[in-house]
Amino acid sequence: MSSESALLRRSEGLRRRNRVNRVVEISSTIAALFAVAVLLIVVGSVLTKGVDALSIHFLTTPTALFGEEGGGISNAIVGTAIVVASAAAMAIPVGLLVAIYTTEFAPSRIAHPVRFVLDVLNGVPTIVTAIFVAGLIVIPQGHQSGFALSVALAIVMLPIVSRTAQEVLALVPSTLKEAAHALGIARWRTTVRVTIPTAAGGLITGALLAIARVAGETAPVIILCSIFGQGNLTDPSQGLATIPFFIFRSSEAPSPSAHTEAWAAALVLIALVLGLNLVARAFYTRSRRRMEG
Amino acid sequence: MSLITKRTQQPSPAVFAASPRPQLLRREVGNVALEGLDAYYGASRVLQGVSLGFVSGRATAIIGPSGCGKSTLVRCINRMHEEVPGARAAGKVTLDGVDLYDPRIDIVAVRRSIGMVFQKPNPFPTMSVIDNVTAGLRLAGADRGEIEDRGREALVGAGLWDEVKDRLSSPGTGLSGGQQQRLCIARALAVEPEVLLMDEPCSALDPVATLRIEELIGELKERVTIVIVTHNMQQAARVADTTVFMLDGQLVEVGPTEKLFTNPDDERTEQYVTGKFG
Repeated sequence: MSSESALLRRSEGLRRRNRVNRVVEISSTIAALFAVAVLLIVVGSVLTKGVDALSIHFLTTPTALFGEEGGGISNAIVGTAIVVASAAAMAIPVGLLVAIYTTEFAPSRIAHPVRFVLDVLNGVPTIVTAIFVAGLIVIPQGHQSGFALSVALAIVMLPIVSRTAQEVLALVPSTLKEAAHALGIARWRTTVRVTIPTAAGGLITGALLAIARVAGETAPVIILCSIFGQGNLTDPSQGLATIPFFIFRSSEAPSPSAHTEAWAAALVLIALVLGLNLVARAFYTRSRRRMEG
Repeated sequence: MSLITKRTQQPSPAVFAASPRPQLLRREVGNVALEGLDAYYGASRVLQGVSLGFVSGRATAIIGPSGCGKSTLVRCINRMHEEVPGARAAGKVTLDGVDLYDPRIDIVAVRRSIGMVFQKPNPFPTMSVIDNVTAGLRLAGADRGEIEDRGREALVGAGLWDEVKDRLSSPGTGLSGGQQQRLCIARALAVEPEVLLMDEPCSALDPVATLRIEELIGELKERVTIVIVTHNMQQAARVADTTVFMLDGQLVEVGPTEKLFTNPDDERTEQYVTGKFG
């Protein structure tokens, strides 16, 4: 075989590699553009359809009574804030402690199963969680409540908070923990004073993303907190108005003005979630800079 | 400081009772002895029956090719080796006659008596310069009034005071690599250890910063026993009074640095120091 033919065969291989390279590059670029386009279309359509109904009046007035028009979503904003804050207060401390236990203290034969369980919990459909909480709280109590919804949302948040916290804590360079141990600093103190402060940005990011994720949850809302009195604004032992339920109910209503209000409420929800994501990203960037030294 | 936990009734050796130690006694403490030390990572035995002494007031360099067990050896001295999952050590390590692997020993006290400086500077990124230096004291619950003075002393001792005195509150990670490593040395010195282990402390530094650390080692050995792991033979020759050559987890030769580099007893040492392998 002459060296010339060997060289030619190699160049055929090169052409093929280049072709494959090009195909992969173009298809992945299209996929990326598609993902961005989906977000832009969703945000764009919510914006164009909802912006007309959005006003200070809409944000500061409670929902109109049945049959009336011109109400707003102030009670739904307050309700969502109360429910999500209570869920966060339950899920974030537990989630962080679970993450600290699995990354800093547990032997791997325990840490791995715990991680697996959290992943499974993360995959449980929220309607299943909602039915579980209904059986646990709503049925014994005989009525729906903001608290029941908070518990369900906390269950949804827990694996998100915990898994992101585990990932972030694992990113803290082991050299820092070693430095602390070599100084004779006890393990728990190293965790509290060195590991957690170093990872703080990432931990906050995980918590904020979990909040953003549950703020729009609808299945648990319908099952656990869709019956509420117009007069109840802040009592979580009773049903509370929420933004997702407002969107659901208004979108089902026959009047076109209700549809516009549903879009406006969706715009408020999406702005909240995007805002949380942006803040989370800022914390994450700060944290990463810190860990990379 | 007693190395043995308070729960035990055993009286601690007199050398640990005096704190702060009078200057004259300093040179009498900080003698480390290893007897038949074995170290394992899982089933693999990385140190094989090492017996060796590190004498107070001297700097000892440990040299040898990569993977010969140099770092593991020093990590066994302050019991950092066992921090790695699956790692364990067997044999005897004593500090001034006290067995550091005695079950009654307080591991935190061991590490406060035997400080360590790592390969890469690792200041705590969330802490300022002064907080880094005093971290060992603060996080171990030292007296507040004492903390600041000891922090300043440690910075002076590590030759960093003049460079950082105007920015004690700025982040420790804002310093140059060489300054960060001296900050880590200061942090280790602040808890007043009797022994300072240095695991390739200059491998991430430029020649100027390296020289500064080497000068510092010369000053520090008067106060603490220095054990320095290095893969740089010239560095060993510059800083160490005694040099240890290791190969495949075993001790090959120990001797005065000059003799080990010019007229070693073992043929393998000769081959290594003349660059025939490694």
